Amino acid sequence: MLELNVQTLAFFVFALFVLGGGLGVITTRNLVHGTLYLILSLFGVAGFFVLLSAPFLAVVQVLVYIGAIAILIVFAVMLTRSMTSLHEVVNRQWVLSTIVAVLLFVMLTVTIILPVWGQDGSLAGQPVSEVVATTTDLGKALVDGNQYVLPFEVASLLLTAAMIGAIVIARDDE
Amino acid sequence: MPELECAFPQVVNNLAPCLAQGGMNADLANFISILLGVVLIAALPLATLLILLVVERKVAARVQDRIGPNRVGPYGLLQSIPDALKMMTKEDITPAGADVFIYNLAPIIAFASVVLLWAVIPFTPLHIGADLSIGALYLIAVASIGTVKIMVAGWSSNNKYALLGAFRTIAQLLSYEVPLVLALLIPVMIAGTMSMQGLVEAQRGMWFFFMAPVAAIMFFIANQAETGRAPFDLLEAESEIIAGYNIEYSGFKWGMFMAGEFMHAFTASVIFAVIFLGGWIGPGTDQLPILGFVYLGAKTVVVYIFGLVLRSTVPRVRIDQLMSFNWKFLVPLAIINVLVTALLLQVVNWLGIAPQGDAASDLIANLPQTVVLLLGNLGVMGTVSTLVRNMGRQQRLADEAVEADTEVEELAHAAAH
Repeated sequence: MLELNVQTLAFFVFALFVLGGGLGVITTRNLVHGTLYLILSLFGVAGFFVLLSAPFLAVVQVLVYIGAIAILIVFAVMLTRSMTSLHEVVNRQWVLSTIVAVLLFVMLTVTIILPVWGQDGSLAGQPVSEVVATTTDLGKALVDGNQYVLPFEVASLLLTAAMIGAIVIARDDE
Repeated sequence: MPELECAFPQVVNNLAPCLAQGGMNADLANFISILLGVVLIAALPLATLLILLVVERKVAARVQDRIGPNRVGPYGLLQSIPDALKMMTKEDITPAGADVFIYNLAPIIAFASVVLLWAVIPFTPLHIGADLSIGALYLIAVASIGTVKIMVAGWSSNNKYALLGAFRTIAQLLSYEVPLVLALLIPVMIAGTMSMQGLVEAQRGMWFFFMAPVAAIMFFIANQAETGRAPFDLLEAESEIIAGYNIEYSGFKWGMFMAGEFMHAFTASVIFAVIFLGGWIGPGTDQLPILGFVYLGAKTVVVYIFGLVLRSTVPRVRIDQLMSFNWKFLVPLAIINVLVTALLLQVVNWLGIAPQGDAASDLIANLPQTVVLLLGNLGVMGTVSTLVRNMGRQQRLADEAVEADTEVEELAHAAAH
C-alpha cells in the first residue's frame, strides 16, 4: 500500500517539519525561537504544496507567510516586555481557546478527511480530481463571472477596509 | 561539441538511467542526479564571486582615480584568494549573551537566500535549473527570505546597534519590495507567462527594456535598494549605525554576509538582464545554445558595471528621503505604470497589431506594439516629471513666501524700536 519512494520520504520529512515546528511554537518560551519554529512549520506546508503539484500555492506560502516572519519578530519586540523568557501566562482564556481549537480540529477532520477517504476508508488512494489545474486556470477562476469573482472581490474589499482602518488608527490626530 | 552543448540536461537526464542500469533504485538514482544538478548550479555563483570582488574594487578604484588591487597575480586579479584566507583565519567571536544557535544560523540563511535565486535563471535555451511555471514569483518569494536573515542576525547578536540596524534595514527592504514586484509584473503581463524561459522567449523580437523602460528603470532602482547598494546602502551606513545588523559578526561568518551581499548584487544584474535585456537571446543561439552563456554574461556585465559606477559615484540618501522616495514616488508610479500598460496591451490587441504566432520572434512584427508601449511609457514619464517639477516649484514658492514674511516682520520689529 505505502510505497517507499522519494516522494513518500519527502512527505514524511515535511510532515516532521510541520508538526515539529508547530510543537516548537507552542512550547518554547522564547518568542524569536517561536517565530523561527513557525518558519519551519510553514516551510513544511510549502513542501506539501510542491508534492501536490501546486507550485503557485507553495511559492505564495513562502512569500506571504515566511516573508512576513521578520515583521512578526518586529511586533514581538515592540509589543512584549520580555522576548526570551515568558513565564507569566498572559492569556487567561486558555481553557476556552483549547476547546475552540479541539472543535476546529474535529470539524476540519470531519469535513475534509471523511469526504476524501470515504466513511470506511474505501475511497482512500483514489485521486480527488482528474483535472490538473495550472496557474492560468487559477487566475481565470478568480476573475471569471461564473466562478469565484464575487468571493475574490469581497476578500479584496475586506483587506482594503482593514488596511484603511489600520492607517486611521495609527495616524496622529491633527 | 555535442557533449558540451547540453552539459546540464545530459548530466541530469543520462545519469539517472546509467545509475539505475547498475542496479540502483530508480528513485534514488533520479534523486542523486537531481542533487548533482543542484550542486552544479549552486557552484556557479560561488565561482563568479572570486572574480566579482576584484572587479568591484577595481571599478570603484578607477572611479575614485586610484589603481585598486594590483599586487597579487596579473593586474591584481587573484586578490580575492588572500582576502578569503585572511577572513577564514580571523578569530571567530561570539558575543556574550548571543543566541548561539540562531546567531550561527543567520549567515547560512543569508548565503542560501541568494544561491536559491539561481535555480530559475535560464542561462541558455537548454541550461536552466528548473523552468518553473511560476519562476518570476519564485524570485520574489526567495528574495523575501532575505528579510529573515537580517532580523535573525540583528536580534541574536545581543547588541542594540545591530537590532536598530536590522529594524531600519527591514523597513527599507520591505518598502522597496512593493515597486520591485509591480515592476516585475509588467514583463509578465506583456509575455503572458511567469516562467523564466517563457519570459526570455517572449523577447526574441524585442527586448522588454524598449517596451517597458519605466518598469526597467524602476526594477533597477528597487533592486539597487534590495541589494543594499548606493545610494541606498543604509544597511551598512558606517558613520551612523556602524555596519548595522551584522556588526557583531567576525571572521568567516561576516565573510558569508559580505559574500552574500556581493552575490546578491550580481544576481540582481543577471535577473535584470534576463527579464529586460533578453537573457540568452542573441544571433546564433538556436544553432549553438552554449552561446547563450556568452550573451547573458555580456548583458549582465553591462548592468553590473553600471551599478558599480553608480555605487561609487552617488552619496547615500537619508532614511526619510529613502522612505518618501519609495512611498510617495516609486509606488504610485508603479501602480500607474501597471494600469497604463494593461490598458495599452488591450489597445494593441484591439487594433490587432500584436505579433501573432511565428511573427512574435520577428523584429518588424514587434515594432507597432513596441512603439505603442514606448509612447505610453514616455507619456507616463513626462506626466510624472511635470507633476514633480510643479510640486517642487510650489513648495519652493511657499518656502520663499514664508521667508519673506519673517523678513518683513523682523524689519517692522526693528523699525518700531
